[in-house]
Amino acid sequence: MIPVISVSNLGKSYGRTVAVDDVSLEVFEGEIFGLIGPNGAGKTTTMECVEGNRVPDKGKISVLGLDPRRDANALRQRIGVQHQEAHLQKRIKVWEAVDLWRSLYPRVVDTDSLLAGLGLESKRNAWFMTLSGGQKQRLFIALALIHEPEVVFLDELTTGLDPQARRAIWGLVTGIRARGTTVFLTTHLMEEAERLCDRVAIIEHGRLIEVGTPDDLVQKHCPERTVVFSSDDVNVAERLQGLGVVERAEGSAATYTIRGAGDDFVTAVINIIAREGIRVRGFRTEIPTLEDVFLKLTGHGIRD
Amino acid sequence: MRIPFLRGFWKLTWLEAKIFTREPMGFVGTLVMPVVVFIILGRALGASKPVATPTIDLPFNPAILAAILIALSAVQSLVAIISIYREGGILKRLRSTPLSPVTIMGAQVVVKLVFTVLSLSLLVLAGRRLFPGVMQVNVFSFTAAVLLGTFSILSLGFVLASLVPTARFAQPIGAIVLYPMLALSGLFYPLDRFPRALRELAYLFPTTHAVALLNGVWDGSGWAAHLVNVAALLALFVAYTALSTRVFRWE
Repeated sequence: MIPVISVSNLGKSYGRTVAVDDVSLEVFEGEIFGLIGPNGAGKTTTMECVEGNRVPDKGKISVLGLDPRRDANALRQRIGVQHQEAHLQKRIKVWEAVDLWRSLYPRVVDTDSLLAGLGLESKRNAWFMTLSGGQKQRLFIALALIHEPEVVFLDELTTGLDPQARRAIWGLVTGIRARGTTVFLTTHLMEEAERLCDRVAIIEHGRLIEVGTPDDLVQKHCPERTVVFSSDDVNVAERLQGLGVVERAEGSAATYTIRGAGDDFVTAVINIIAREGIRVRGFRTEIPTLEDVFLKLTGHGIRD
Repeated sequence: MRIPFLRGFWKLTWLEAKIFTREPMGFVGTLVMPVVVFIILGRALGASKPVATPTIDLPFNPAILAAILIALSAVQSLVAIISIYREGGILKRLRSTPLSPVTIMGAQVVVKLVFTVLSLSLLVLAGRRLFPGVMQVNVFSFTAAVLLGTFSILSLGFVLASLVPTARFAQPIGAIVLYPMLALSGLFYPLDRFPRALRELAYLFPTTHAVALLNGVWDGSGWAAHLVNVAALLALFVAYTALSTRVFRWE
Protein backbone atom coordinates (compact mmCIF):
# COMPACT_ATOMS: atom_id res chain seq x y z
CA MET A 1 0.00 0.00 0.00
CA ILE A 2 1.31 3.43 -0.93
CA PRO A 3 1.16 5.83 2.02
CA VAL A 4 -0.76 9.10 1.69
CA ILE A 5 1.72 10.76 4.02
CA SER A 6 5.28 9.68 4.43
CA VAL A 7 7.77 11.37 6.72
CA SER A 8 11.35 10.30 7.16
CA ASN A 9 13.90 11.62 9.64
CA LEU A 10 12.08 14.89 10.23
CA GLY A 11 13.85 17.35 12.49
CA LYS A 12 13.02 20.89 13.58
CA SER A 13 14.54 23.17 16.21
CA TYR A 14 13.61 26.62 17.48
CA GLY A 15 16.88 28.19 18.47
CA ARG A 16 18.42 25.76 20.92
CA THR A 17 15.14 23.99 21.65
CA VAL A 18 14.75 20.78 19.70
CA ALA A 19 11.03 20.46 18.96
CA VAL A 20 11.26 17.47 16.64
CA ASP A 21 14.39 15.36 16.86
CA ASP A 22 13.88 12.47 14.48
CA VAL A 23 10.42 11.45 13.32
CA SER A 24 9.56 8.95 10.61
CA LEU A 25 6.01 7.80 9.98
CA GLU A 26 3.53 6.72 7.33
CA VAL A 27 -0.20 7.38 7.11
CA PHE A 28 -2.37 5.29 4.81
CA GLU A 29 -5.46 6.16 2.81
CA GLY A 30 -8.74 6.20 4.70
CA GLU A 31 -7.34 5.76 8.20
CA ILE A 32 -7.48 7.99 11.25
CA PHE A 33 -3.90 8.33 12.38
CA GLY A 34 -3.21 9.91 15.75
CA LEU A 35 -0.02 11.50 16.99
CA ILE A 36 -0.20 11.36 20.76
CA GLY A 37 2.05 12.71 23.45
CA PRO A 38 2.32 15.32 26.18
CA ASN A 39 2.39 19.05 25.52
CA GLY A 40 5.69 20.08 24.01
CA ALA A 41 6.46 16.60 22.67
CA GLY A 42 6.59 17.87 19.08
CA LYS A 43 3.10 16.93 17.88
CA THR A 44 2.09 20.27 16.46
CA THR A 45 5.48 21.00 14.92
CA THR A 46 5.45 17.64 13.16
CA MET A 47 1.93 18.23 11.88
CA GLU A 48 2.69 21.75 10.68
CA CYS A 49 5.75 20.57 8.80
CA VAL A 50 3.62 17.94 7.09
CA GLU A 51 0.96 20.54 6.20
CA GLY A 52 3.64 22.75 4.68
CA ASN A 53 3.04 25.53 7.21
CA ARG A 54 6.47 25.17 8.77
CA VAL A 55 9.87 24.59 7.22
CA PRO A 56 11.69 21.57 8.65
CA ASP A 57 15.42 21.66 9.32
CA LYS A 58 15.92 18.17 7.99
CA GLY A 59 14.08 15.14 6.71
CA LYS A 60 11.83 14.27 3.80
CA ILE A 61 8.08 14.71 3.68
CA SER A 62 5.66 13.62 1.00
CA VAL A 63 1.91 14.24 1.13
CA LEU A 64 -0.26 12.85 -1.69
CA GLY A 65 2.97 12.57 -3.66
CA LEU A 66 3.68 16.29 -3.24
CA ASP A 67 6.41 18.17 -1.42
CA PRO A 68 4.64 20.34 1.19
CA ARG A 69 7.00 23.28 0.65
CA ARG A 70 7.72 23.16 -3.07
CA ASP A 71 4.15 22.25 -4.07
CA ALA A 72 2.49 24.28 -1.30
CA ASN A 73 -0.19 25.79 -3.52
CA ALA A 74 -1.17 22.51 -5.15
CA LEU A 75 -1.23 20.79 -1.77
CA ARG A 76 -3.45 23.46 -0.15
CA GLN A 77 -6.17 22.54 -2.65
CA ARG A 78 -6.09 18.92 -1.56
CA ILE A 79 -5.71 19.08 2.23
CA GLY A 80 -7.85 20.59 4.96
CA VAL A 81 -6.38 21.93 8.19
CA GLN A 82 -7.59 22.90 11.62
CA HIS A 83 -5.03 24.60 13.84
CA GLN A 84 -4.70 24.26 17.57
CA GLU A 85 -6.51 27.05 19.45
CA ALA A 86 -7.36 28.83 16.23
CA HIS A 87 -9.67 31.80 15.98
CA LEU A 88 -11.34 33.83 13.29
CA GLN A 89 -12.15 37.52 13.27
CA LYS A 90 -14.33 38.18 16.33
CA ARG A 91 -17.13 39.75 14.35
CA ILE A 92 -17.09 37.61 11.23
CA LYS A 93 -20.40 35.82 10.66
CA VAL A 94 -20.46 32.06 10.17
CA TRP A 95 -21.84 32.34 6.64
CA GLU A 96 -19.25 34.99 5.72
CA ALA A 97 -16.38 32.74 6.72
CA VAL A 98 -17.90 29.85 4.79
CA ASP A 99 -18.47 32.12 1.80
CA LEU A 100 -14.86 33.37 1.82
CA TRP A 101 -13.47 29.85 2.06
CA ARG A 102 -15.80 28.70 -0.75
CA SER A 103 -14.43 31.38 -3.04
CA LEU A 104 -10.87 30.12 -2.61
CA TYR A 105 -11.29 26.65 -4.06
CA PRO A 106 -12.32 25.59 -7.56
CA ARG A 107 -14.48 22.70 -6.34
CA VAL A 108 -16.52 22.85 -3.15
CA VAL A 109 -19.16 20.79 -1.39
CA ASP A 110 -22.73 21.93 -0.82
CA THR A 111 -22.16 24.17 2.19
CA ASP A 112 -25.80 24.18 3.33
CA SER A 113 -25.77 20.46 3.93
CA LEU A 114 -22.24 20.66 5.34
CA LEU A 115 -23.37 23.24 7.94
CA ALA A 116 -26.52 21.25 8.66
CA GLY A 117 -24.46 18.10 9.14
CA LEU A 118 -22.31 19.93 11.66
CA GLY A 119 -25.33 21.38 13.46
CA LEU A 120 -24.47 24.96 12.52
CA GLU A 121 -27.39 25.92 10.29
CA SER A 122 -29.05 27.99 13.04
CA LYS A 123 -25.77 29.85 13.59
CA ARG A 124 -25.34 31.11 10.03
CA ASN A 125 -25.72 34.76 11.03
CA ALA A 126 -23.90 34.54 14.36
CA TRP A 127 -20.62 36.35 14.95
CA PHE A 128 -17.68 34.05 15.55
CA MET A 129 -17.12 35.51 19.05
CA THR A 130 -20.62 34.47 20.12
CA LEU A 131 -20.12 30.79 19.29
CA SER A 132 -19.45 28.22 22.00
CA GLY A 133 -16.18 26.30 22.01
CA GLY A 134 -17.80 23.29 20.38
CA GLN A 135 -19.48 25.43 17.73
CA LYS A 136 -16.19 27.12 16.89
CA GLN A 137 -14.50 23.76 16.46
CA ARG A 138 -17.39 22.54 14.28
CA LEU A 139 -17.02 25.66 12.13
CA PHE A 140 -13.30 24.95 11.76
CA ILE A 141 -14.15 21.39 10.74
CA ALA A 142 -16.56 22.80 8.15
CA LEU A 143 -13.86 25.13 6.81
CA ALA A 144 -11.38 22.25 6.69
CA LEU A 145 -13.82 20.09 4.72
CA ILE A 146 -15.29 22.69 2.36
CA HIS A 147 -13.16 21.74 -0.64
CA GLU A 148 -13.48 17.97 -0.24
CA PRO A 149 -9.87 17.47 0.81
CA GLU A 150 -8.24 14.08 0.53
CA VAL A 151 -6.41 14.49 3.85
CA VAL A 152 -7.60 16.42 6.89
CA PHE A 153 -5.26 17.60 9.66
CA LEU A 154 -6.85 18.15 13.06
CA ASP A 155 -4.60 19.58 15.78
CA GLU A 156 -5.88 19.16 19.37
CA LEU A 157 -9.44 19.26 18.15
CA THR A 158 -11.25 18.82 21.44
CA THR A 159 -8.92 20.53 23.90
CA GLY A 160 -10.95 22.71 26.24
CA LEU A 161 -14.33 21.27 25.26
CA ASP A 162 -16.81 19.81 27.71
CA PRO A 163 -17.51 16.06 27.51
CA GLN A 164 -20.73 16.39 25.48
CA ALA A 165 -19.14 18.65 22.89
CA ARG A 166 -16.13 16.35 22.77
CA ARG A 167 -18.27 13.32 22.05
CA ALA A 168 -20.17 15.20 19.35
CA ILE A 169 -16.85 16.10 17.68
CA TRP A 170 -15.70 12.47 17.86
CA GLY A 171 -18.81 11.47 15.94
CA LEU A 172 -17.98 14.04 13.28
CA VAL A 173 -14.40 12.81 12.92
CA THR A 174 -15.48 9.22 12.36
CA GLY A 175 -17.92 10.69 9.83
CA ILE A 176 -14.97 12.22 7.96
CA ARG A 177 -13.34 8.80 7.72
CA ALA A 178 -16.63 7.35 6.49
CA ARG A 179 -16.38 9.70 3.47
CA GLY A 180 -13.09 8.08 2.60
CA THR A 181 -10.99 11.01 3.77
CA THR A 182 -7.73 10.31 5.55
CA VAL A 183 -7.45 11.98 8.96
CA PHE A 184 -4.19 12.92 10.68
CA LEU A 185 -4.83 14.19 14.20
CA THR A 186 -2.93 15.09 17.33
CA THR A 187 -4.26 14.76 20.83
CA HIS A 188 -3.04 14.55 24.38
CA LEU A 189 -6.23 12.75 25.41
CA MET A 190 -5.63 9.01 25.46
CA GLU A 191 -9.33 8.24 25.56
CA GLU A 192 -9.80 10.27 22.41
CA ALA A 193 -6.97 8.46 20.65
CA GLU A 194 -8.33 5.10 21.72
CA ARG A 195 -11.85 5.85 20.52
CA LEU A 196 -10.98 7.50 17.22
CA CYS A 197 -7.68 6.29 15.88
CA ASP A 198 -7.05 3.30 13.70
CA ARG A 199 -3.37 3.71 14.45
CA VAL A 200 -1.44 5.87 16.87
CA ALA A 201 2.13 7.01 17.18
CA ILE A 202 3.41 7.96 20.62
CA ILE A 203 5.81 10.89 20.52
CA GLU A 204 8.01 12.17 23.31
CA HIS A 205 10.89 14.65 23.28
CA GLY A 206 10.58 14.88 19.51
CA ARG A 207 10.95 11.16 18.86
CA LEU A 208 8.43 8.43 18.12
CA ILE A 209 8.64 5.74 20.73
CA GLU A 210 5.93 3.40 19.42
CA VAL A 211 3.49 3.07 16.50
CA GLY A 212 0.55 0.70 16.12
CA THR A 213 -3.15 0.14 16.61
CA PRO A 214 -4.34 0.99 20.14
CA ASP A 215 -5.27 -2.69 20.71
CA ASP A 216 -1.89 -3.97 19.57
CA LEU A 217 -0.06 -1.49 21.77
CA VAL A 218 -2.07 -2.48 24.82
CA GLN A 219 -1.54 -6.14 23.97
CA LYS A 220 2.18 -5.71 23.56
CA HIS A 221 3.02 -3.43 26.47
CA CYS A 222 0.28 -4.00 29.00
CA PRO A 223 -0.93 -7.62 28.82
CA GLU A 224 -2.01 -7.55 32.48
CA ARG A 225 -5.62 -8.47 33.17
CA THR A 226 -7.48 -8.25 36.43
CA VAL A 227 -10.69 -10.04 37.38
CA VAL A 228 -12.61 -8.70 40.33
CA PHE A 229 -15.71 -10.51 41.56
CA SER A 230 -17.74 -10.69 44.69
CA SER A 231 -19.32 -13.74 46.23
CA ASP A 232 -21.08 -14.76 49.46
CA ASP A 233 -20.03 -18.37 48.95
CA VAL A 234 -17.77 -20.12 51.44
CA ASN A 235 -14.17 -21.18 50.96
CA VAL A 236 -13.87 -19.34 47.69
CA ALA A 237 -10.17 -18.63 48.15
CA GLU A 238 -9.40 -22.29 48.79
CA ARG A 239 -11.43 -23.43 45.79
CA LEU A 240 -9.47 -21.06 43.54
CA GLN A 241 -6.10 -22.02 44.94
CA GLY A 242 -3.14 -21.45 42.70
CA LEU A 243 -4.67 -18.37 41.05
CA GLY A 244 -3.22 -15.96 43.57
CA VAL A 245 -6.55 -14.72 44.87
CA VAL A 246 -6.62 -11.68 47.12
CA GLU A 247 -9.64 -11.66 49.40
CA ARG A 248 -11.26 -8.65 51.00
CA ALA A 249 -14.30 -9.10 53.22
CA GLU A 250 -17.14 -6.60 52.94
CA GLY A 251 -20.13 -7.44 55.11
CA SER A 252 -21.90 -10.63 54.03
CA ALA A 253 -19.97 -10.87 50.74
CA ALA A 254 -16.27 -10.76 49.98
CA THR A 255 -14.46 -9.28 47.02
CA TYR A 256 -11.81 -11.36 45.26
CA THR A 257 -9.15 -9.93 43.00
CA ILE A 258 -7.16 -12.13 40.62
CA ARG A 259 -4.34 -10.78 38.51
CA GLY A 260 -2.89 -12.38 35.43
CA ALA A 261 -1.79 -11.68 31.93
CA GLY A 262 -2.71 -12.48 28.36
CA ASP A 263 -5.84 -12.66 26.27
CA ASP A 264 -6.94 -16.04 27.60
CA PHE A 265 -6.65 -15.14 31.26
CA VAL A 266 -10.19 -13.88 31.78
CA THR A 267 -11.67 -16.90 29.98
CA ALA A 268 -9.60 -19.20 32.13
CA VAL A 269 -10.80 -17.59 35.36
CA ILE A 270 -14.44 -17.75 34.22
CA ASN A 271 -14.04 -21.45 33.42
CA ILE A 272 -12.62 -22.23 36.85
CA ILE A 273 -15.35 -20.24 38.62
CA ALA A 274 -17.97 -22.14 36.62
CA ARG A 275 -16.33 -25.48 37.24
CA GLU A 276 -16.22 -24.81 40.98
CA GLY A 277 -19.82 -23.68 40.92
CA ILE A 278 -19.05 -20.53 42.83
CA ARG A 279 -22.04 -18.20 43.25
CA VAL A 280 -20.98 -14.85 41.80
CA ARG A 281 -22.79 -11.63 42.75
CA GLY A 282 -20.68 -9.12 40.90
CA PHE A 283 -18.04 -9.51 38.22
CA ARG A 284 -15.81 -7.13 36.32
CA THR A 285 -12.55 -7.17 34.46
CA GLU A 286 -9.89 -4.49 34.36
CA ILE A 287 -8.12 -4.22 31.02
CA PRO A 288 -5.31 -1.70 30.57
CA THR A 289 -5.87 1.23 28.23
CA LEU A 290 -3.70 3.28 25.96
CA GLU A 291 -3.12 5.56 28.93
CA ASP A 292 -1.46 2.67 30.79
CA VAL A 293 0.69 1.98 27.75
CA PHE A 294 1.68 5.60 27.66
CA LEU A 295 2.54 5.64 31.37
CA LYS A 296 4.62 2.53 30.98
CA LEU A 297 6.51 3.71 27.90
CA THR A 298 7.19 7.25 29.02
CA GLY A 299 7.40 6.72 32.75
CA HIS A 300 5.08 9.63 33.48
CA GLY A 301 1.50 10.69 32.99
CA ILE A 302 0.20 12.51 29.97
CA ARG A 303 -0.97 15.51 32.02
CA ASP A 304 2.43 16.28 33.49
CA MET B 1 -10.61 36.29 -15.42
CA ARG B 2 -9.25 34.74 -12.27
CA ILE B 3 -5.86 35.75 -11.06
CA PRO B 4 -4.82 32.92 -8.75
CA PHE B 5 -2.38 35.23 -7.01
CA LEU B 6 -5.16 37.53 -5.90
CA ARG B 7 -7.88 34.95 -5.41
CA GLY B 8 -10.35 36.10 -2.78
CA PHE B 9 -8.89 39.61 -2.64
CA TRP B 10 -12.11 41.61 -3.06
CA LYS B 11 -14.16 39.21 -1.01
CA LEU B 12 -11.69 39.44 1.87
CA THR B 13 -11.46 43.23 1.51
CA TRP B 14 -15.24 43.62 1.60
CA LEU B 15 -15.42 41.27 4.56
CA GLU B 16 -12.73 43.13 6.50
CA ALA B 17 -14.50 46.43 5.80
CA LYS B 18 -17.77 45.02 7.16
CA ILE B 19 -16.03 43.57 10.20
CA PHE B 20 -14.35 46.92 10.87
CA THR B 21 -17.70 48.75 10.93
CA ARG B 22 -19.01 46.23 13.46
CA GLU B 23 -16.50 47.37 16.05
CA PRO B 24 -18.04 50.65 17.22
CA MET B 25 -15.03 51.91 19.19
CA GLY B 26 -12.47 51.41 16.47
CA PHE B 27 -14.84 52.57 13.79
CA VAL B 28 -15.88 55.81 15.48
CA GLY B 29 -12.39 56.41 16.83
CA THR B 30 -10.64 56.27 13.50
CA LEU B 31 -13.36 57.86 11.43
CA VAL B 32 -14.68 60.64 13.61
CA MET B 33 -12.07 61.53 16.24
CA PRO B 34 -9.63 63.33 13.91
CA VAL B 35 -12.52 65.43 12.60
CA VAL B 36 -13.56 66.30 16.16
CA VAL B 37 -9.97 67.34 16.93
CA PHE B 38 -10.01 69.50 13.82
CA ILE B 39 -13.25 71.23 14.78
CA ILE B 40 -12.19 71.89 18.36
CA LEU B 41 -8.76 73.21 17.35
CA GLY B 42 -10.24 75.20 14.51
CA ARG B 43 -12.69 76.93 16.83
CA ALA B 44 -10.18 77.48 19.60
CA LEU B 45 -7.71 79.04 17.20
CA GLY B 46 -10.32 81.31 15.68
CA ALA B 47 -10.35 79.89 12.22
CA SER B 48 -14.10 80.35 12.02
CA LYS B 49 -13.74 84.03 11.31
CA PRO B 50 -13.99 84.52 7.59
CA VAL B 51 -10.66 85.46 6.16
CA ALA B 52 -9.83 86.89 2.82
CA THR B 53 -7.11 84.48 1.83
CA PRO B 54 -6.70 80.78 2.47
CA THR B 55 -3.50 81.37 4.37
CA ILE B 56 -4.29 81.28 8.06
CA ASP B 57 -2.23 83.08 10.62
CA LEU B 58 -1.99 80.14 13.05
CA PRO B 59 0.93 78.27 14.60
CA PHE B 60 -0.05 75.31 12.43
CA ASN B 61 -2.75 74.27 10.03
CA PRO B 62 -5.49 72.35 11.87
CA ALA B 63 -6.73 70.78 8.62
CA ILE B 64 -3.32 69.28 7.94
CA LEU B 65 -3.00 68.17 11.56
CA ALA B 66 -6.38 66.46 11.26
CA ALA B 67 -5.39 64.85 7.97
CA ILE B 68 -2.20 63.50 9.51
CA LEU B 69 -4.15 62.29 12.53
CA ILE B 70 -6.43 60.44 10.15
CA ALA B 71 -3.44 58.77 8.53
CA LEU B 72 -1.90 57.92 11.90
CA SER B 73 -5.11 56.48 13.28
CA ALA B 74 -5.30 54.28 10.20
CA VAL B 75 -1.82 53.03 11.03
CA GLN B 76 -2.69 52.53 14.72
CA SER B 77 -5.73 50.56 13.70
CA LEU B 78 -3.71 48.46 11.24
CA VAL B 79 -1.08 47.63 13.86
CA ALA B 80 -3.79 46.70 16.38
CA ILE B 81 -5.69 44.52 13.91
CA ILE B 82 -2.59 42.68 12.73
CA SER B 83 -1.37 42.02 16.26
CA ILE B 84 -4.80 40.78 17.34
CA TYR B 85 -5.03 38.58 14.25
CA ARG B 86 -1.59 37.18 14.89
CA GLU B 87 -2.19 36.53 18.57
CA GLY B 88 -5.49 34.78 17.84
CA GLY B 89 -3.98 32.59 15.15
CA ILE B 90 -6.20 34.26 12.54
CA LEU B 91 -3.23 35.19 10.35
CA LYS B 92 -1.99 31.63 10.56
CA ARG B 93 -5.39 30.22 9.66
CA LEU B 94 -5.78 32.58 6.69
CA ARG B 95 -2.27 31.74 5.56
CA SER B 96 -2.99 28.04 5.35
CA THR B 97 -5.70 28.71 2.75
CA PRO B 98 -4.95 29.50 -0.90
CA LEU B 99 -5.03 33.22 0.05
CA SER B 100 -1.65 34.73 -0.77
CA PRO B 101 0.18 36.83 1.85
CA VAL B 102 -0.17 39.86 -0.44
CA THR B 103 -3.94 39.34 -0.50
CA ILE B 104 -4.23 39.01 3.27
CA MET B 105 -2.25 42.21 3.88
CA GLY B 106 -3.48 44.07 0.80
CA ALA B 107 -7.08 43.71 1.93
CA GLN B 108 -6.22 45.47 5.19
CA VAL B 109 -4.44 48.28 3.33
CA VAL B 110 -7.37 48.86 0.99
CA VAL B 111 -9.82 48.95 3.90
CA LYS B 112 -7.64 51.48 5.72
CA LEU B 113 -7.31 53.67 2.62
CA VAL B 114 -11.06 53.60 1.99
CA PHE B 115 -11.82 54.63 5.55
CA THR B 116 -9.15 57.33 5.31
CA VAL B 117 -11.00 58.81 2.35
CA LEU B 118 -14.30 58.62 4.24
CA SER B 119 -12.82 60.34 7.27
CA LEU B 120 -11.21 62.95 5.08
CA SER B 121 -14.53 63.61 3.38
CA LEU B 122 -16.07 64.25 6.81
CA LEU B 123 -13.19 66.59 7.54
CA VAL B 124 -13.70 68.59 4.35
CA LEU B 125 -17.46 68.75 4.82
CA ALA B 126 -17.04 69.94 8.40
CA GLY B 127 -14.43 72.46 7.35
CA ARG B 128 -16.54 73.89 4.56
CA ARG B 129 -19.55 74.24 6.83
CA LEU B 130 -17.91 75.53 10.00
CA PHE B 131 -15.01 77.57 8.66
CA PRO B 132 -16.18 79.06 5.37
CA GLY B 133 -13.46 80.65 3.33
CA VAL B 134 -10.76 78.60 4.97
CA MET B 135 -11.11 75.30 3.13
CA GLN B 136 -10.31 76.70 -0.27
CA VAL B 137 -8.01 73.88 -1.10
CA ASN B 138 -8.33 71.56 -4.07
CA VAL B 139 -10.11 68.65 -2.38
CA PHE B 140 -8.96 66.02 -4.87
CA SER B 141 -5.38 67.11 -4.72
CA PHE B 142 -5.54 67.25 -0.92
CA THR B 143 -7.15 63.79 -0.74
CA ALA B 144 -4.61 62.32 -3.12
CA ALA B 145 -1.79 63.71 -1.01
CA VAL B 146 -3.30 62.31 2.19
CA LEU B 147 -3.79 58.91 0.53
CA LEU B 148 -0.20 58.81 -0.70
CA GLY B 149 0.99 59.76 2.77
CA THR B 150 -1.21 57.16 4.44
CA PHE B 151 -0.06 54.51 1.99
CA SER B 152 3.55 55.23 2.86
CA ILE B 153 2.91 55.41 6.61
CA LEU B 154 1.01 52.10 6.47
CA SER B 155 4.16 50.38 5.23
CA LEU B 156 5.84 51.59 8.40
CA GLY B 157 2.81 50.21 10.22
CA PHE B 158 3.68 46.73 8.95
CA VAL B 159 7.16 47.08 10.40
CA LEU B 160 5.62 48.15 13.72
CA ALA B 161 3.16 45.25 13.54
CA SER B 162 6.13 42.91 13.25
CA LEU B 163 7.76 44.36 16.35
CA VAL B 164 4.67 44.32 18.55
CA PRO B 165 4.93 41.19 20.72
CA THR B 166 1.25 40.91 21.68
CA ALA B 167 -1.96 42.78 20.99
CA ARG B 168 -1.69 44.49 24.40
CA PHE B 169 1.42 46.29 23.23
CA ALA B 170 -0.06 47.50 19.96
CA GLN B 171 -1.34 50.78 21.37
CA PRO B 172 1.71 51.88 23.43
CA ILE B 173 4.31 50.83 20.86
CA GLY B 174 2.32 52.48 18.12
CA ALA B 175 2.19 55.63 20.21
CA ILE B 176 5.92 55.55 21.02
CA VAL B 177 6.75 55.69 17.33
CA LEU B 178 3.85 57.62 15.91
CA TYR B 179 3.76 60.60 18.30
CA PRO B 180 7.45 61.51 17.92
CA MET B 181 6.90 61.11 14.18
CA LEU B 182 4.17 63.69 14.40
CA ALA B 183 6.28 66.00 16.59
CA LEU B 184 9.18 65.81 14.13
CA SER B 185 7.00 66.13 11.05
CA GLY B 186 7.59 69.86 10.64
CA LEU B 187 3.95 70.64 11.22
CA PHE B 188 4.46 72.42 14.54
CA TYR B 189 8.03 73.66 14.20
CA PRO B 190 9.80 74.28 10.93
CA LEU B 191 12.27 71.49 10.18
CA ASP B 192 15.19 73.88 9.68
CA ARG B 193 15.01 74.86 13.34
CA PHE B 194 15.80 71.28 14.40
CA PRO B 195 19.34 70.14 15.15
CA ARG B 196 20.84 68.35 12.19
CA ALA B 197 20.58 64.81 13.62
CA LEU B 198 16.91 65.24 14.44
CA ARG B 199 16.26 66.71 11.03
CA GLU B 200 17.88 63.75 9.33
CA LEU B 201 15.89 61.39 11.50
CA ALA B 202 12.73 63.26 10.55
CA TYR B 203 13.41 62.63 6.87
CA LEU B 204 13.20 58.88 7.50
CA PHE B 205 9.59 59.26 8.59
CA PRO B 206 6.89 59.38 5.94
CA THR B 207 4.89 61.87 8.02
CA THR B 208 7.51 64.55 7.43
CA HIS B 209 7.17 64.29 3.67
CA ALA B 210 3.40 63.96 3.90
CA VAL B 211 3.22 67.23 5.88
CA ALA B 212 5.47 69.00 3.38
CA LEU B 213 3.35 67.78 0.48
CA LEU B 214 0.10 68.74 2.24
CA ASN B 215 1.47 72.18 3.06
CA GLY B 216 2.37 72.54 -0.59
CA VAL B 217 -1.09 71.50 -1.73
CA TRP B 218 -2.58 73.90 0.80
CA ASP B 219 -0.56 76.98 -0.07
CA GLY B 220 -0.98 76.42 -3.77
CA SER B 221 2.60 75.56 -4.68
CA GLY B 222 1.26 72.14 -5.69
CA TRP B 223 2.72 68.71 -6.40
CA ALA B 224 5.29 69.91 -8.88
CA ALA B 225 7.09 71.89 -6.20
CA HIS B 226 7.17 68.83 -3.91
CA LEU B 227 8.29 66.05 -6.21
CA VAL B 228 11.11 65.36 -3.77
CA ASN B 229 8.58 64.59 -1.04
CA VAL B 230 6.51 62.43 -3.39
CA ALA B 231 9.62 60.50 -4.35
CA ALA B 232 10.57 60.18 -0.67
CA LEU B 233 7.13 58.84 0.24
CA LEU B 234 7.40 56.21 -2.50
CA ALA B 235 10.98 55.33 -1.61
CA LEU B 236 10.11 54.98 2.09
CA PHE B 237 7.15 52.82 1.11
CA VAL B 238 9.44 50.50 -0.84
CA ALA B 239 12.05 50.46 1.94
CA TYR B 240 9.59 49.79 4.78
CA THR B 241 7.71 47.17 2.76
CA ALA B 242 10.97 45.39 1.97
CA LEU B 243 11.94 45.55 5.64
CA SER B 244 8.57 44.26 6.83
CA THR B 245 8.63 41.29 4.44
CA ARG B 246 11.88 40.32 6.17
CA VAL B 247 10.85 40.83 9.77
CA PHE B 248 7.11 40.12 9.59
CA ARG B 249 5.88 37.33 11.85
CA TRP B 250 2.70 35.43 10.99
CA GLU B 251 2.40 33.84 14.43
